[in-house]
Amino acid sequence: MQQSNAYIIIFSIITTIVLGGLLSVASVGLGPRQKVQVELDTKKSILGAVMEVQKTDDVLGIYDQKIESLVVDIQGNQVETDESGAPVVAENISIEKNYKLPPEERLYPVFLFKGDNGEVDAYILPIYGNGLWDVIWGFVALDKDLKTIKGAVFDHRGETPGLGARIAEDAVQSRFVGKEVYDPNGTLVSVSMLKGEGNAPESLDVHTVDGLAGATITARGVNNMLQNYLEHYQSYLQKIAS
Amino acid sequence: MATETLEQPIVKKERSESLLSKRRRKFVTDPLNDDNPITIQVLGICSALAITLKMEPTLVMSIAVLFVIVFSNLIISVFRNLIPNRVRIIVQLAVIASLVTLVNEVLKAYYYDMYKVLSVYVGLIITNCIIMGRLEAFAMGNKAWDSILDGFGSGFGYAWIILAVAFFRELFGFGSLFGFEVFKAIGIENFPNNGLMVTPIGAFMIIGIIIWIQRTKSGYVEH
Repeated sequence: MQQSNAYIIIFSIITTIVLGGLLSVASVGLGPRQKVQVELDTKKSILGAVMEVQKTDDVLGIYDQKIESLVVDIQGNQVETDESGAPVVAENISIEKNYKLPPEERLYPVFLFKGDNGEVDAYILPIYGNGLWDVIWGFVALDKDLKTIKGAVFDHRGETPGLGARIAEDAVQSRFVGKEVYDPNGTLVSVSMLKGEGNAPESLDVHTVDGLAGATITARGVNNMLQNYLEHYQSYLQKIAS
Repeated sequence: MATETLEQPIVKKERSESLLSKRRRKFVTDPLNDDNPITIQVLGICSALAITLKMEPTLVMSIAVLFVIVFSNLIISVFRNLIPNRVRIIVQLAVIASLVTLVNEVLKAYYYDMYKVLSVYVGLIITNCIIMGRLEAFAMGNKAWDSILDGFGSGFGYAWIILAVAFFRELFGFGSLFGFEVFKAIGIENFPNNGLMVTPIGAFMIIGIIIWIQRTKSGYVEH
């Protein structure tokens, strides 16, 4: 039997409504839980910049205990309320949305990692930029001397597995630990990945780390986002250093 | 006319057939070996290369594919007489896509780490030819229970191959299984990790070797 056009159209419409409705219900139903997971993941990577986070750790507990957050603008002034007067919470700021604004208009969250005696042990700054295929982001932690990198985490949306995607690996991120972002004169030089991998250790100084084989553009993306965001945070860092 | 021809049962049915009769058992056992979707039909290679780096994501992927294939087979089979023949591919795709999206949402809510690792590949289950192939070739012309069994057969056939590939890749590429460091545990401290296994080329080679062994044993030749 060859079905009539009317039957086909009605069948298609019903199928669409039923399947679409089903998915909406699932999406709305699972939404709150997904939000919690995303929050957990962000907090995990913030903490990951300064410490090893185990799967079994109570991430939210440690976060509440160890992290204090604030928001600054490009001049390094603390921002406490937005235009409408509502308080600004660093954890709720979308770096991605802010990235689309010109640097002067963006809000810059700062996460302070506190040691056991309550003193600030590290400054964790979010960074964001473009890789080869899609956006890359991460957090870089500066030691309390404000120039040594204490740790860094990077993540990505669509870099090539096995090549650019390696920026998400511990082995690559740990290369940044102990590197310095300012030269002795106090000029910002950031830390950059070299081209190619397996560069002789002699060729690396305090401002360079070994690169990624086959992922020159992703590495360049990492360099750029580090450089850019360290510049954006510069006035804040100078303010607290003085 | 087309739906009617699809109605013809592939094998003559008896009235009181047991739920796991010999004929039905073949739906499950055939795809495991003699008619394996990956090694014999050579379908679903893309995901078999991409997600078999480690055991854990591979297992999650296997479960996801199994879920999608069983339920889409069931749904299509139940509605096979209602689905207009001219838009059947679209309807099949819509059902698969909805189930895959559902899996993705659930993963995101309950297994976020794995959601990040598998990312795009869960979505790509939609384009996994094994599933479309089973819907078109089997579920459109067979009863619900048979289709479920067929789904399990193809799902397990896919699963054991990618799990076998992942086993060798994680073992030789990272020296671990499910993250447990095997070689360290048996006292080999300096096991050299094989970089080739970490790349998709390693997966190609392992699938190739599995196909080779299987076809040498079964004598299967492609015509």
